[in-house]
Amino acid sequence: MADDASVLPGVARAREALKDVPHEPGAKKPDPILVADKVIRRFGGLTAVQVDHIEIQRGAITALIGPNGAGKTTFFNLLTGFDKPNEGNWNFNGKPLAGVPPHKVARQGMVRTFQLTKALSRLSVIDNMRLGGTGQKGESFWTSLIPALWKQQEQEITERADELLARFKLDAKREDFAGSLSGGQRKLLEMARALMVQPDMVMLDEPMAGVNPALTQSLLGHVKSLREDGMTVLFVEHDMDMVRDISDWVIVMGQGEVIAEGTPDTVMADPRVIDAYLGAHHDGTAHDPAEVAAETGVPATPPAEGGKTDE
Amino acid sequence: MNWDIILGVSLESLINATMIAYALAAIGLNVHFGYTGLLNFGQSAFLGVAAYGLAMIVATFGLPFWVGILAGLGGAVILALLLGIPTLRLRADYLAIVTIAAAEIVRLLFRSVSLSEWTGGSDGLQAFSDDFYAMNPYSGAVEISTLISFDERELWIMTVGWVLVAIALLIVFLAMRSPWGRVIKAIREDEDAVRSLGKNVVSYKMQSLILGGVLGSLGGFVIALRNAAVQPDTYGTEFTFYMYTIVILGGAARVFGPVVGSMIFWFLLTFINAFLPSAIDAGLIPSWLMNKNQAGAVGYIFVGLGLVLLLIFRPQGIFGDKKEVMLDGR
Repeated sequence: MADDASVLPGVARAREALKDVPHEPGAKKPDPILVADKVIRRFGGLTAVQVDHIEIQRGAITALIGPNGAGKTTFFNLLTGFDKPNEGNWNFNGKPLAGVPPHKVARQGMVRTFQLTKALSRLSVIDNMRLGGTGQKGESFWTSLIPALWKQQEQEITERADELLARFKLDAKREDFAGSLSGGQRKLLEMARALMVQPDMVMLDEPMAGVNPALTQSLLGHVKSLREDGMTVLFVEHDMDMVRDISDWVIVMGQGEVIAEGTPDTVMADPRVIDAYLGAHHDGTAHDPAEVAAETGVPATPPAEGGKTDE
Repeated sequence: MNWDIILGVSLESLINATMIAYALAAIGLNVHFGYTGLLNFGQSAFLGVAAYGLAMIVATFGLPFWVGILAGLGGAVILALLLGIPTLRLRADYLAIVTIAAAEIVRLLFRSVSLSEWTGGSDGLQAFSDDFYAMNPYSGAVEISTLISFDERELWIMTVGWVLVAIALLIVFLAMRSPWGRVIKAIREDEDAVRSLGKNVVSYKMQSLILGGVLGSLGGFVIALRNAAVQPDTYGTEFTFYMYTIVILGGAARVFGPVVGSMIFWFLLTFINAFLPSAIDAGLIPSWLMNKNQAGAVGYIFVGLGLVLLLIFRPQGIFGDKKEVMLDGR
């Protein structure tokens, strides 16, 4: 994490709060918004997720990383009610969420996006946004038949939607079908739509997947701005540069378990993390690091993500 | 060849009771399939339950006409609940399988021998429409030149039918431009996205199933009263397929689509079915190509061919927006 001069208040707050948290799996946070205990999900004989204890700090951006198949998305699905665990409990804002259906999870203030973007193609961009508004009177069937009962509220929701569209630079696309947007614009729309729910916590599943580099910067800016607005962000991502750039805290999963936690820099230097990504020697045969280096052409102590870092 | 008759029956079929019944059924199906994306292949069962509800209450149990109407509507709601509760939590294709099976179960129950004491078995029921026709304000037939003529019974059922169509269209129009309709259309696009925004998807799908079922059941009343009889085989699966044809023909998720679709469908079918036999009689079609007995089947072949061409060249139907249809549904 670069120590630039202009540290935003949200960043400073998050860093201050996480300063004394030990860098170990399941570390206690000073003000957790989400606490999960012994969450286990098995698919037949395979244990996809086995998280002993995890806490997510309020108001911080936490990254959930790990190699493919580590169970990140499954864990996301469990937390947001889209999948049910075999065992486990978790609290959000102090309220138990285990067994709560996804729409109620969202109403409690935990809203997610999806790895494969779910733009509602044949709805206009503005209708996509309006859909996110909560507590709409016109969404009950009998009330819907009498426009006078919901017109006022609809106008308020539309105003808020237009503000968000302007912030996400989608206002020019307001009346277009969401299905006509580019991949990156859909990601923006999905994030903006999630904000219409006015959540306390936003869960982003690979927000940068398939987004071109130019739009990546803008998306990064939006994620950071969520923290400045006091929201908590938990996101799954593969792009280590992005993780390093925006996250205050990183949780690493490997084979369903949390294997490391810490600030981006410490986590990426953690040998357990490197093992998880590049493979450890479980057979007990100790390879000579110099020999491996000569064979693969990779330095004996590889930096995180195979030397992708530029710092 | 008598062009007056051919043209006359074709024009009549644009506005007659049969067309109205199919339009109402398709308006209901359009709520399911067009707006909500529910693959309901058992829409005929909703019409059957409504028709038999009315007929059994009046003819079998001797209760008043309006009780029969309420029983028919109630039957449609109960059928929607029975179909929806086990299937709406599952993937879309399960609903298709369950509804097509349920529609057959309903039809076979109506024609089963052991229930024939109440349902009349495969003969069905008659003598339940007297109260309805007693309300008939018309006293004579209406004729427009020599082409079109409707007797007073047909006029009365058409009047009631068109009022029902207008009410159904108004409900669909109001509901679908409201936030409720927005949730419904969003469910068609992606259920999980709607869930993630805090909407109870299962509840909305159930509401849609009930609304479409009840609107469709109005078509069941129209058919039953028009024929003054109910017969189980009227409500077979091919009935549902015609409804799908009509919805797609008019343009799915368009308010007026089902009505215009039903008009076109019946106009074409009636025209071909009237034209072919008289063309054979007049010697315009040689007998080695087709005889009069085959003409009926050929009519359906032409209608099918026309629909295939329509789907190729105008997949959005009459009212649809091609840009919208071509968008990737995901």
